[in-house]
Amino acid sequence: MVQLTRRMRREWPLHIMLIPGLAFIIIFSYVPMVGILMAFEKYIPTKGLFGSPMVGWKNFKFLMDYPDISRIVFNTLYIATMKIIAGLIVPITVAILLNELRKEWVKRTFQTMVYLPHFLSWVLLSGIVIDVLSPSTGILNEILGLVGIKPVFFLGDNQWFPYIMVITDVWKEFGFGTIIYLAALTNINPSLYEASEIDGAGRWKQTLHITLPGMMPIIVLMLTLNIGNVLNAGFDQIFNLYSPQVYESGDVIDTFVYRMGIEQAQYGFATAVGLLKSIVSFILISASYVLAYRVANYRIF
Amino acid sequence: MKKSLGRRLFLGCNFVFLALLSCLCLMPIIHILAISFSSGTAASAGKVVLWPVEFTPAAYQNVFGKPEYLRAFWVTIQRVVLGTAISMFLTILTAYPLSKESSQFGMRTFYAWIFVFTILFNGGLIPWYMTVKAVGLIDTIWALVLPGAVQVFNIILLLNFYRNLPKELEESSKIDGAGHFTTLWRIYAPLSLPALVTTGLFTIVWHWNSWFDGMILMNHPDGYPLQTFLQSIIIKMDLRFLKSQDIELMQKLSDRTSKAAQIFVAAFPILVIYPVLQRFFIKGIVMGSVKE
Repeated sequence: MVQLTRRMRREWPLHIMLIPGLAFIIIFSYVPMVGILMAFEKYIPTKGLFGSPMVGWKNFKFLMDYPDISRIVFNTLYIATMKIIAGLIVPITVAILLNELRKEWVKRTFQTMVYLPHFLSWVLLSGIVIDVLSPSTGILNEILGLVGIKPVFFLGDNQWFPYIMVITDVWKEFGFGTIIYLAALTNINPSLYEASEIDGAGRWKQTLHITLPGMMPIIVLMLTLNIGNVLNAGFDQIFNLYSPQVYESGDVIDTFVYRMGIEQAQYGFATAVGLLKSIVSFILISASYVLAYRVANYRIF
Repeated sequence: MKKSLGRRLFLGCNFVFLALLSCLCLMPIIHILAISFSSGTAASAGKVVLWPVEFTPAAYQNVFGKPEYLRAFWVTIQRVVLGTAISMFLTILTAYPLSKESSQFGMRTFYAWIFVFTILFNGGLIPWYMTVKAVGLIDTIWALVLPGAVQVFNIILLLNFYRNLPKELEESSKIDGAGHFTTLWRIYAPLSLPALVTTGLFTIVWHWNSWFDGMILMNHPDGYPLQTFLQSIIIKMDLRFLKSQDIELMQKLSDRTSKAAQIFVAAFPILVIYPVLQRFFIKGIVMGSVKE
């Protein structure tokens, strides 16, 4: 007891410091978790969360019978997986190539340029993408026209849409993604390169046998941490670039939840879909953190 | 040492490739800038590439002459200032106790998990919306500021930074009789400047770029921040809310050059601040993510 009061006397300022943060996070993150109850209700706004009639698993059954659901899940996984893979390969390659530049100021100039799109919102970038890809006035179709290719409606064509999502997403994020790999590159022991040079290894051999293995821990770590993202196809981007004609190839879980919940006011149903996504994401993210801890001894805090 | 021919060839190709790649990141923005300063006829004829054709600042006069655009700009400035101030205060304050060892602060791990759990799991869009509504924030500036005030990733970044500071600092300030609050404000906060600038920059950019919360939490377009306003004009081409029967105005705001001008104006502050802060965020990210 004496020990406890002494501890309290020493630690009370630390508890006090946490009160504001905790208050915010309880209200805006934990209270909504109570709202999950809606997934099991036919939610009626006027009756409120605790007054609306319970319907059990009906919302979930409705989801299972929903005709488009398998397509929506497929689109989500397809776009997200392609983004994860391309989002790993491109930054790693660019980081290695940037590292080959000998003049420091050239390297820094290129870096500054490739970071830029990361800091702009998908609203602005979508505005730019829509303009550039426009079939009537877009510059890309103008250029294609010069070599005799007929205008392509990239954002309105199911053949193209998922790939445009991947390409524009990689374009936005690859530069920023190089930061972490460039940091890993500077940590590789220079004496390894010197030793291999004496053994007669060329630059290509060095990249293959020293640089890549040296980056492996961070590559494995980034891949692992990205597992949790396979259900995140990128709401901000897709929502701003899609249209009903590309729902077939571009409608994903998050955009579906938005349309059902906010536009069509099917609160119970949208919450049920969101809940399923949250649960699967929770399992995946937790698993990826455990894996990252086992494989790379990575801890978030 | 003399470089071999193959090596020199590679270096040349590598330079050209990276130069093209870097330009690829910049060119769409320059293209938009060129369109915004071109005449409407040149833009719709598709004559503009990277330099304005028939130079005119008309699109900008158009944009800055519209009270709707300026009001949205003002909402964004409010949310950036209020949101960043509140977020940074909470980040600095929350990261400190969580950076302690369990031996110094017994419930540290328990508290840390309360925060981290919110990254792993959330109630979903609809319950979140209902909560913000129940708190009574809809249609107020606080709807854009308070729900996102605790940025768990920034807290983690900063607490990892705190942990890498020498332990002797804390011990010596304790010997000098300083309490936790004094230690935090006088020693930890000033020393973690690179991490604070990094998290501050991320928060500013996050607030500047947010549009979704404005779209669903504001019933009235007068409360839209800039990005939400642009989203409805440029992307959705939803002109209903301009509440003006003035067809000319609608056309002016939604034609290609005006759209380009609006995009560029919204991108401009970011174009200015990010290169300056670059060395901070690189250092901040690298140091915040390394644990010893």
